[in-house]
Amino acid sequence: MARMKFLCDADRCIECNGCVTACKNEHEVPWGVNRRRVVTLDDGQLGEKSISVACMHCTDAPCQAVCPVDCFYTTDDGVVLHDKDLCIGCGYCFYACPFGAPQYPQQTSFGARGKMDKCTFCAGGPDESMSQAEYEKYGRNRIAEGSLPLCAEMCATKALIAGDGDEVADIYRERVLRRGGRPQTWGWETAYEG
Amino acid sequence: MAKSKMSKAKRRRIAVWSTFLVVALSIAMPLASYSVHWLGMTAVAQDAKAVENPRSGFWKEIRQGTSGYSAVTGAEANVLMQSTANDWRNFKESPLLSKLPWVIVGMAVLLLLYHVLHGKNKLDSGVRSGRVVPRWSYFERLVHWVTAISFIALSITGISMLLGKKLLIPLLGKAGFAGWASVSISVHNVIGPIFTVGIVLMIVMWIWHNFPTMTDLRWFAKGGGLFTKNHPSAGRMNGGEKVWFWLLATLGVAVCISGLVLVAPMYPQIQIPGVELVRSMMQQASMIHVIAGVIWTAIALGHIYIGTAGTEGAFEGMSTGYVSEEWARQHHDLWYEKMARKGKIIDVGEARGPNPGYGHQQPRSSASSTS
Repeated sequence: MARMKFLCDADRCIECNGCVTACKNEHEVPWGVNRRRVVTLDDGQLGEKSISVACMHCTDAPCQAVCPVDCFYTTDDGVVLHDKDLCIGCGYCFYACPFGAPQYPQQTSFGARGKMDKCTFCAGGPDESMSQAEYEKYGRNRIAEGSLPLCAEMCATKALIAGDGDEVADIYRERVLRRGGRPQTWGWETAYEG
Repeated sequence: MAKSKMSKAKRRRIAVWSTFLVVALSIAMPLASYSVHWLGMTAVAQDAKAVENPRSGFWKEIRQGTSGYSAVTGAEANVLMQSTANDWRNFKESPLLSKLPWVIVGMAVLLLLYHVLHGKNKLDSGVRSGRVVPRWSYFERLVHWVTAISFIALSITGISMLLGKKLLIPLLGKAGFAGWASVSISVHNVIGPIFTVGIVLMIVMWIWHNFPTMTDLRWFAKGGGLFTKNHPSAGRMNGGEKVWFWLLATLGVAVCISGLVLVAPMYPQIQIPGVELVRSMMQQASMIHVIAGVIWTAIALGHIYIGTAGTEGAFEGMSTGYVSEEWARQHHDLWYEKMARKGKIIDVGEARGPNPGYGHQQPRSSASSTS
């Protein structure tokens, strides 16, 4: 069985935010929520690096461990999904996630959070696949359609790759070999040095 | 004789000094490695750094929660990894938290044992004179009961959230518990702020009566009369009540403040200058909230027991505002004497009392005197 993975090649990401936009458009993500975001470290300095980050679909997911209503589940593909019908918006997954993936859309009265929203690896939710209900709650189910996550498909520099972990690892390994292994010989460091 | 005495003193001096020297050296010697730094021997270390893969340092930075720039705005959107999130997850799964609710069970068992073995703390005089002493004003009782009812609602919903996954999901099913948990959150969100106001009012109203005195020390020395026949002396508030007040003023305040922090979602809607509502703060608030809340609930069981089933005549003080003269003399003798000097004691034996609430207490008092 495939074990789905995202991988962002920090030597290729150019911080175009194409993945962020593609995701928002594909899933009609609620206002204020970004399932994916690009973070640039050492911005504007020598050796700056950008990484696109979303839900990591952890094997031992902290969100799943702390959820008081037990609304998370891991699919056979290793994708961590949650049931918005059970979610009570308590915020525990938000406290437990190191990557800042869980977010809450609306602020209702008395500061109550809405139902949590996060990256689904374009795999929808527990509702019937490709149904209207699933689309409204979780966005498009591209996995059920036979496609891979749109953020990775859209990536102009192919920095963001998604799919079966073994194949993703193979692609990245090949890239690293071609670059000669050491970061000094290829990439930003070479381009900007001297 | 004198010679041996001299050498004895000398021996002792040598023993003391050599012990001191051994301790001092054993503390100082491990620090000797710092001399590498002081003596400017860091060049070797710097050479090692020069050949270090720059990428490894970069990833190390991310692991330490270094923030960068992100076009996506929002609280901490520019942080790639927030490592204390994992600490919080470990706390949620720790034995500390899973064993903590047993404090409540333990308290309940202790109170039950006390009640079975010792029984109710009865009034010494079986007969009531009909004279009463005003103890709690209307406003004090209003604040007490609003806070008390809120407390019970918050405890039940809070414990549901804490133990629901283990105890209630097998009972109600996932969908059933999600419904109850949703109600629990709303109850917490709506009643929490009302409760906070109650706690603040209580502190303001009662702090003047709760500064500890020597009488309280003597009260504690006698065990508060829990296990003795004679009740130790006390003013308006006895030592136990003062401890309960200060728990409320510390644990209670901690629970209220941490609760307010938790209500704020990831987009800070409460803008406090100089305070940034970030995840680490909310994680800490959550830990404080649950630990303080559970311990407070356990201690509150004791308060509820003493105020209702544990002590004869205590509940009518908080329900009607008046306590019987006998109760006042037995439990708060110093306060009773003060009230008597001020002429505050009211006779409601024959006539209709100033407080109709006391009137309907009469049948009960006659029933207890016949029993």
